[in-house]
Amino acid sequence: MRKTRARIAAIAVVSALALVTACSSDNESNDNGDGGTSGGNGEGGSELSGTISGAGASSQAAAQQAWQAGFLAANPDVTVNYDPVGSGGGREQFIAGGIAFGGTDAALADEELTAATERCGEVIEVPVYVSPVALIFNVEGVDELNLQPATIAGIFNQEITTWNDEAIAADNPDAELPDTPITPVNRSDPSGTTENFVEYLSIVAPDAWPHEVSDEWPVSGGEAAQGTSGVVQAVSGGNGTIGYADASQAGDLPSVNVGVGEDFVAYSPEAAANVLEVSERVEGRGQYDFAYELARDTTEAGTYPIVLVSYAMACATYESEAEAELVKAYLSYVISEEGQQAAAEAAGSAPISDALRQEIQPAIDAIAAG
Amino acid sequence: MSSSTELTHPDNQPQPPPEAPLFEKPVSRFGDRVFSSSAMGAGVLILVILAGVAAFLLVEAWPALWADPDEVPGGDGIVLYVWPLLFGTLLAALFALLLAAPLAVAIALFITHYAPRRLATALGYVIDLLAAVPSIIFGLWGLSELAPLTVEPTRWLEENLGFIPLFEGPASATGRTMLVASIVLAVMILPITTAVIREAFLQTPRLHEEASLALGATRWEMIRQAVLPFGRSSIIGGAMLGLGRALGETMAVAIVLSPSGGVTFNLINNGNPSTIAANIALDFPESSGLDINVLIASGLVLFAVTLLVNMTARAVINRRRDFSGAN
Repeated sequence: MRKTRARIAAIAVVSALALVTACSSDNESNDNGDGGTSGGNGEGGSELSGTISGAGASSQAAAQQAWQAGFLAANPDVTVNYDPVGSGGGREQFIAGGIAFGGTDAALADEELTAATERCGEVIEVPVYVSPVALIFNVEGVDELNLQPATIAGIFNQEITTWNDEAIAADNPDAELPDTPITPVNRSDPSGTTENFVEYLSIVAPDAWPHEVSDEWPVSGGEAAQGTSGVVQAVSGGNGTIGYADASQAGDLPSVNVGVGEDFVAYSPEAAANVLEVSERVEGRGQYDFAYELARDTTEAGTYPIVLVSYAMACATYESEAEAELVKAYLSYVISEEGQQAAAEAAGSAPISDALRQEIQPAIDAIAAG
Repeated sequence: MSSSTELTHPDNQPQPPPEAPLFEKPVSRFGDRVFSSSAMGAGVLILVILAGVAAFLLVEAWPALWADPDEVPGGDGIVLYVWPLLFGTLLAALFALLLAAPLAVAIALFITHYAPRRLATALGYVIDLLAAVPSIIFGLWGLSELAPLTVEPTRWLEENLGFIPLFEGPASATGRTMLVASIVLAVMILPITTAVIREAFLQTPRLHEEASLALGATRWEMIRQAVLPFGRSSIIGGAMLGLGRALGETMAVAIVLSPSGGVTFNLINNGNPSTIAANIALDFPESSGLDINVLIASGLVLFAVTLLVNMTARAVINRRRDFSGAN
C-alpha cells in the first residue's frame, strides 16, 4: 500500500511537471543551448525551475539529502524529492516510469534492463555513492586486528568461535587475544550492506563461505540487529562482538584491517574509491550503463575491497524537455567534485575519483528530451 | 430559542389522541433521528472497517497462499515461512503473560485491599500512566538498559540451570534475547491487565467480604474465599486482553530481539525466532513483489490469532455477568 501511495504521489508529481512544462516551454527553448554543455549547474543565477522525483536505495538517503540541499542552493526554483523506499522499490518504480531518476545498490538485472530500455531508450546507470563497509569489533584489550578473508568468513559462518583461535592469532602475533566466545552481529532487516558484504565473502573465500548472495543474512543463530545503528549498538554493547556497518557510522569502535594480497588494509575513503579503479565494467549493457563487476578479490595494494557501490539510474531520453534538463543538471551536480564532497561530509561516503568522473560525465550529458 | 420549544413540550404531552395503539413508537423528533442514525452509523462503521481490513489482508495475501514454494522467501513455502514467526510470537506473548499475570493480580489486590486509600489512588494513576508510554520507549529502554543488565544473570542461568531447555544457552553476549523481549512485553501489558482485574476486585460484594470476616477468616483467607472467586473470570479476561496486545506488539520487539534462529524454546540465546509483527516491520521497507504478499499473509495469520484471543477474552468476561457470585 505504501508503494501505491508512492505511485500516486509520483503520478501527481509527473502531472504537475507536465503543467510546468506547458507553462514554461518558451523559456526552455531559450536557454536550451547553454544547458546542454554546462549541465546548468552553478554560474550564478540558474533559470531552471520545477520538480523532479526519485526513489530507491535507502543507503543513499543521507547523501541525497546533502545533494538536494547543495542543488537547491544553486537552483532556488528547483525541488528534488528522493524517497528512500529501498533498492528493489526504486528499480520497480523507475521501470514503471513513476519517477524521473532512481537509486539502487545493485545494478539492474538483465530483464529489468530490457524493461527499463523500453521506457528510456538508452538507460543511464552511474556509480554515485561509494561507501566503505567497516568490520567493527569490541574485544576487551584488543585495539587492532588483522584478518584474512578466509578468517573473516570463518568467523561470520560461526566456524571460528573464540577470539584466541589459531587462525586469528596467526595474523595478530602482537595482540593479546582473550578466550572470549565470538558473537558475530548481522543485520536483521534486508539490506544492501549485507548483500555487498556477503558478495565479498563469497568471492574471496568461496570455501569458507558456501552461502548464496542476497540482501538477507544467510546464517542463523548469530546476533541480529535492526539497521546500521542497531548493529553498532549491539557490537558496542557486548564483549567479544564483531559486525559489519557503514564506515560513516562506526563511531569510536575499532575496525578490522582486511587482508588484501600480502597486506592488511584499513578502510579509508581513498582505499574504498580505489575499488572502482581496479574493477571492470559489465560488458554488453549499452554505452551509458556503468554497472561494475567489483574486483572484490583484488590484490592491489591500498584498495579496500568491502564497499557498497550505489548507482543512480536515469533515462537518456525523457518525454519532456524540462524533466530532461532537471535530471541532467541534478546528476551533474551529484557526480561533481562539490557534490561528492557534500555527500562525504554528510554521509561519510568515499568521493569518486576525477578519472571516473570524466568517464561517466558523457553519460549524463547525453540526457535529452525526445 | 430551542429552550423555549422544549419548555412548551411538556404542555403538549398530556393530550395524546386517546385511541393511540399501545405499541406506537414514541414521539421522535429530528434531533432524535439524527442522533440515533449517527450512532448507528458509527457502530456500523467499525464493522465495515474490520471487514475492510480483513478483505485487504485476504486479497493481498492470496497470491502468497498459492505461490510456488520456491518463490517464497526461504524457499520452503508459506507454511514453513510463517510457522517459526508464529511460534516466536506465541512464545514471547505467552511468556510475557506468565510474568505479567501474577504481578497484575498482586498489584490489583494491593490497590483494592491493602493500600491506604490515598496511596491506592496514586498507584492506580501510575499504572494507568504506564499504558500511555509509547512502545518505542519501552523498546529503547529494553535495548539499552535492561538487555545489558541480563548478561551476567543469564550466564549464571546457563551454568547452573542449563539442563532446562529454556536456559540451554550459550548465553547471549549482548542480552538481546527472548527473555528480555518477554520482560519488556510483560511491562507493556501490565497496565491493561491490572486495570481490568482491579475493577473486578473493587466490585466484590461488600456483604461477601464481611460475611467471611465475621466467620473468623483472616484478611488473606477472606481474599481467597470472597475476592478471588468473584474476580476469577476477570483475571482470565484481563490476561487475555494483555495477551492480545503482546501478540501484536511490533517496534519494541523489533528493536530488542535478535531474530536469527528457528523454532527454539531457548530463552537466553541470541538465535531467537522473530515475531510476525516485528518481522513485517523489519522486512517491509526492502520488499517488493511476492515478498510483500508473503508478509501480508503472515499478517493475516496474526490478525486471525489476535481476533481469536480477543473474542475469547470478551466471551470470558461476559460470562462473569451471568454466573458471578453477585446474583
